[in-house]
Amino acid sequence: MAADKKNDDEILGKAYDARLMRRLLKYVKPYLKYVILAIVLNIIAAALGPLRPYLTKIAIDEYIRDRNYTGLSYVSIGLFAALFLQTFIQYLLTYYTQYLGQRTILDLRMELFAHTQKLALKFFDKTPIGRMVTRVTNDIESLNELFSSGIIMVFSDVFIVLWIFCFMFYLDWRLSLVTLSVLPVLFYGTFLFRKKVRENYRDVRFHLARLNSFMQERVTGISIVQIFFKQKEELKQFSSINADHRKANIESIFYYAVFYPGVELLSSAAIALIIWYGGGEIIQKHLSLGVLFAFIQYTEMFFRPIRDLSEKYNILQTAMASSERVFKLLDEDTIIPSPEAPIRKSSLSGKIDFKNVSFGYGSSNTDFVLKNLSFNIQPGKTTAIVGATGAGKTSIISLLSRFYDIQNGQILVDDIDIKEISEKDLRNNIAIVLQDVFLFSGTIRSNITMDNPAITEEQMIKAARMVGADKFIEQLPNKYDEEVKERGATLSTGQKQLISFARALAYNPQILILDEATSSIDTETEILIQSAIEKLLEGRTAIVIAHRLSTIQNADKILVLHKGELKETGNHQELLAKRGIYYKLYQLQYKNQEISNS
Amino acid sequence: MKNLFSLKKYFLAYKKKLLWGLVFIICSNIGSVYVPILIKNSINILQSATNYETLGKYAFLIVIASLFSGVFRFLIRQSIIVVSREIEYDLRGDFWKHIQNLPMRYFSNNSTGNIMAHATNDINAVRMFIGPAVMYSIDTFIRLIIVISIMLSISTSLTIYSLLPLPVLSFLVYYVGKLIHDRFTKIQEKFSELTTKAQENYSGIRVIKSYTRESGEIESFRNLSKEYLKKNMKLVKVQALFQPILFLITGVSVIIVIWLGGTKVMRGELLLGDITALIIYLGILIWPMIAFGWVINIIQQAEASMARLNKILSEPIEIKDNEDSVETIIDLKGAIKFEDVSFRYSEIQPDVLKDINLIIPVGSTLAIMGHTGSGKSTLVNLLLRLYDVTGGNILIDGNEIKSIPLKTLRKSIGYVPQESFLFSDSLTNNISYGLDAPDLEIVKKSAAISQFEKDVVDFPEGYETIIGERGITLSGGQKQRSALARALVLNPKILILDDSFSAVDTNTEEKILTNLKEFMKNRTSVIISHRISTVKDADNIIVLKDGTIAEEGTHDELFALDGIYADIYNKQLLEKELEEYTD
Ligand SMILES: Nc1ncnc2c1ncn2[C@@H]1O[C@H](COP(=O)(O)OP(=O)(O)OP(=O)(O)O)[C@@H](O)[C@H]1O
Ligand SMILES: Nc1ncnc2c1ncn2[C@@H]1O[C@H](COP(=O)(O)OP(=O)(O)OP(=O)(O)O)[C@@H](O)[C@H]1O
Ligand SMILES: [Mg+2]
Repeated sequence: MAADKKNDDEILGKAYDARLMRRLLKYVKPYLKYVILAIVLNIIAAALGPLRPYLTKIAIDEYIRDRNYTGLSYVSIGLFAALFLQTFIQYLLTYYTQYLGQRTILDLRMELFAHTQKLALKFFDKTPIGRMVTRVTNDIESLNELFSSGIIMVFSDVFIVLWIFCFMFYLDWRLSLVTLSVLPVLFYGTFLFRKKVRENYRDVRFHLARLNSFMQERVTGISIVQIFFKQKEELKQFSSINADHRKANIESIFYYAVFYPGVELLSSAAIALIIWYGGGEIIQKHLSLGVLFAFIQYTEMFFRPIRDLSEKYNILQTAMASSERVFKLLDEDTIIPSPEAPIRKSSLSGKIDFKNVSFGYGSSNTDFVLKNLSFNIQPGKTTAIVGATGAGKTSIISLLSRFYDIQNGQILVDDIDIKEISEKDLRNNIAIVLQDVFLFSGTIRSNITMDNPAITEEQMIKAARMVGADKFIEQLPNKYDEEVKERGATLSTGQKQLISFARALAYNPQILILDEATSSIDTETEILIQSAIEKLLEGRTAIVIAHRLSTIQNADKILVLHKGELKETGNHQELLAKRGIYYKLYQLQYKNQEISNS
Repeated sequence: MKNLFSLKKYFLAYKKKLLWGLVFIICSNIGSVYVPILIKNSINILQSATNYETLGKYAFLIVIASLFSGVFRFLIRQSIIVVSREIEYDLRGDFWKHIQNLPMRYFSNNSTGNIMAHATNDINAVRMFIGPAVMYSIDTFIRLIIVISIMLSISTSLTIYSLLPLPVLSFLVYYVGKLIHDRFTKIQEKFSELTTKAQENYSGIRVIKSYTRESGEIESFRNLSKEYLKKNMKLVKVQALFQPILFLITGVSVIIVIWLGGTKVMRGELLLGDITALIIYLGILIWPMIAFGWVINIIQQAEASMARLNKILSEPIEIKDNEDSVETIIDLKGAIKFEDVSFRYSEIQPDVLKDINLIIPVGSTLAIMGHTGSGKSTLVNLLLRLYDVTGGNILIDGNEIKSIPLKTLRKSIGYVPQESFLFSDSLTNNISYGLDAPDLEIVKKSAAISQFEKDVVDFPEGYETIIGERGITLSGGQKQRSALARALVLNPKILILDDSFSAVDTNTEEKILTNLKEFMKNRTSVIISHRISTVKDADNIIVLKDGTIAEEGTHDELFALDGIYADIYNKQLLEKELEEYTD
């Protein structure tokens, strides 16, 4: 399905990308002192490791040969001291680098999350939620490994290798060259391995992303899967995605299965060279046994970082790919532009003007959903919007809250273009009961108050009472603290709508917008709500979208919308007199009741 | 460990490959432990007079031994690790098969994020056990035995002394391992809280923006992130100690060998090559020792993960075909009967439906009205067996509903749920979801009946329009009408509409109902609605009140009854201005 489409999860960053790295390092800057500390500790720790074979060499060549017991004891104690110091430094190093990583990703994660909160709905319309969630959680997480172990580990490996070189060349440069002659083979092998793993890594990631988005969507829509009894077909599809994932992973096993033993073999080859060449030198008395001994240990030490390289390479590559995705989201600029100097208006009177407004969801300038729309709403009045489904009613109110920007025309609130008002002030004055009800996991309380500390217990209860939700809430074991499951799974559709309605009333707004706010609610409750909010609406502006004409016939003004165009305006009486669309609608609903009454 | 035992059947399926893996491990270890023996011998002969030829022979043998070990090491990965991926595949498949069939009850009580975490993290943790953990633990064990016996043969006392720190190591691995495990679990919990928070935030972004709660959301996300950091640092405190101390302890062993071994060499009790070999052997042991601690962690994590997976896998599939189901029922006519049906969502909750007795004859239409929360949706959910009744019986065509194969039952019912869920896919694929293969003709026909066709022609990409998650880019009424079309495509014997016109205007609704009248001939239908105009023509209307049938009859009968129904009717009555304007 849609998961087959190419997406960001396929981004295959280079293992090292200077541009990205520079940008990443900016986040480390505030913690520079930890970085410096880590580097210093690193240099010391890196030297302590290679020091030990050197000490061993001294023990063998000078003390054991000469039967110097005290000397051997001193060297042993020295060895122990070096080891202990290394352990201690290693501890500090790990701790501080981890701390560095954690702090850095906290900053980055918060920056990213805060950024997503600014993004426009247009962006959310086309971006799967799962993808956004992955960005702020897993992608950021894989950067942690980069900051905490990746960068520092690479440093430390480089230092270790450098120190080993120093010691080796200091001890015997010819034997060093012979030993290191295996390096070109090693580098070439690693290069090949990297290339293969890199391609394969993309496959693995791609199939994993497919697998996850498949499961995510089926779990959310499980009732549809079961109702249509599609389990068998879905399982088949799942198995094929699952098999692709397995195949990609098994392929990667092959590369690792060749690489690890390959490195092992090279390290043995190096030792064989040491024995063969070094042994010959010893026979000719050009070399001491201790040096040979130290070289064997160095070879072991030297190959370990390289053996781990593939793992570090993975960290680096994952991190680069993740950071590319993270930065892409961070650079996403589908934002409703805020004015240079926003006009602050903490309270609006609620006068609304639409002037020649045209709007479409796409980027093209032809597929308009709303066409050249003009109307005005007086403060304190109730306006109703009627029209066939898909006519554009919901779109109108989305525009008023500036969820989308219009292509042509102007929308004014209190005679100010909404592009000039601060977005927060604008929305603070408008409470919408959205057509698509959404409840958060949490409690009934948190859903009505939206965790807004300004809303008191009383206001919350009053709002619930006004919409008649208190009746069922009071019957719940924990009343307002009853748990609400994901999307309100254990409530009836009408109950969810009531809570979402109460949420808007608790907000106590100057402008109240009801988008089919009672579509799933029984008539009795609906009428109860109407009379309850009548008082609340006094002096406030209200916009009501409803299909049942009985609920809107008392509106001060009715807008009749047809395919995005405003066809008629007026109050109930005026519209009936016009004998237009509204009249027909009315007649239809009236006819129905006539028939049923006979 | 008892949870991991449930993996037995998976292991058994691959026992041949795994046994080979074991053989490969033994072979590869024979090769790799032979290398130090060769090094030892070559160093020992260096102290006496020797020649290039012998040296060359040793060097050659070292490479051969290593090659031998390497080939088998390759084969180990190709067998054991490959098996781990195969078992992962099987396990995930079984997991998904089970999840798919769990009752709705399970899904309303467990969040999507939670289920996804099991499907990804837990299965991955178990995979790590099956592959690397099993491989390394067998490898370590075999290596330990071979290496220690060789070491003992070189120098018994030195070996014993050098291995003295090892018990400390084991204790440390065990104790610290446990600590790490506990702290790690806490981190995972926090991480899943963080994920859930993000998930909820993005799903409800419209609400958040409407109520300008962005800054509050950022604040609570920041708090969670900070707690997450704290939990991580707690783990780091232990973990940062673990690795260096392992190195310390193994390093001490090496120093013991040098010190004591050195004195033994001075006394002529040992040769220098012996010490070299011992040190190399200790080096060979270091990694397994570290791996050992790591393996213990993996096993602990896998055990916890497997426990969670087992819990899901043992969730009963409450609703399924069983001995009582009669396979021969492959078709339904659609006569429905409720006998004293009662239902509650869980033991601790009160009954949602009580003593429902109802007969819906073949081809007739039943309409259901009633207050918000009175149990209307619950009643139709029972017909689909999304839940099973907790009292009484539902009969279809005289057969108990539990005896009808689920496939027959659900394929015979066209259901339009109250909340339309659509997949983020093309309209064609969504509408033809119930078919084995998409069929544009049928899709178009159904879309025409549900009055959706006229909207689709306005879409630039028509039926190929890809809609957003859950159908987000459609208007409310468009979503409902696609869901209706999706149900009609099935050509069902029974049609259930749960408030399916709530977002559709009266005009369109009227047209749909007219179309449906034709469609519903000879089909049984159940229509839930709050609008009198929708229900008035039904053959039978019931009004639910607090889970019981309060009123039942045709429109006229109920109107005459002057009860709840008549009250709703009066309240929906339009004022009579119309007459003034008709001429
Ligand atoms: N987010 C979106 N992205 C793209 N197209 C959209 C989006 N939301 C709505 N549309 C399209 O815009 C048109 C108008 O939709 P709108 O939701 O405004 O209708 P409506 O009058 O509220 O309908 P209803 O009564 O069914 O709720 C529809 O054709 C719809 O498919
Ligand atoms: N999954 C569930 N778990 C527990 N309780 C539930 C669950 N679903 C619904 N309920 C409760 O059962 C009662 C009946 O719900 P139902 O959805 O059947 O109502 P309804 O009549 O369809 O209401 P509406 O008109 O709002 O759709 C409600 O009180 C509701 O809170
Ligand atoms: Mg319902």
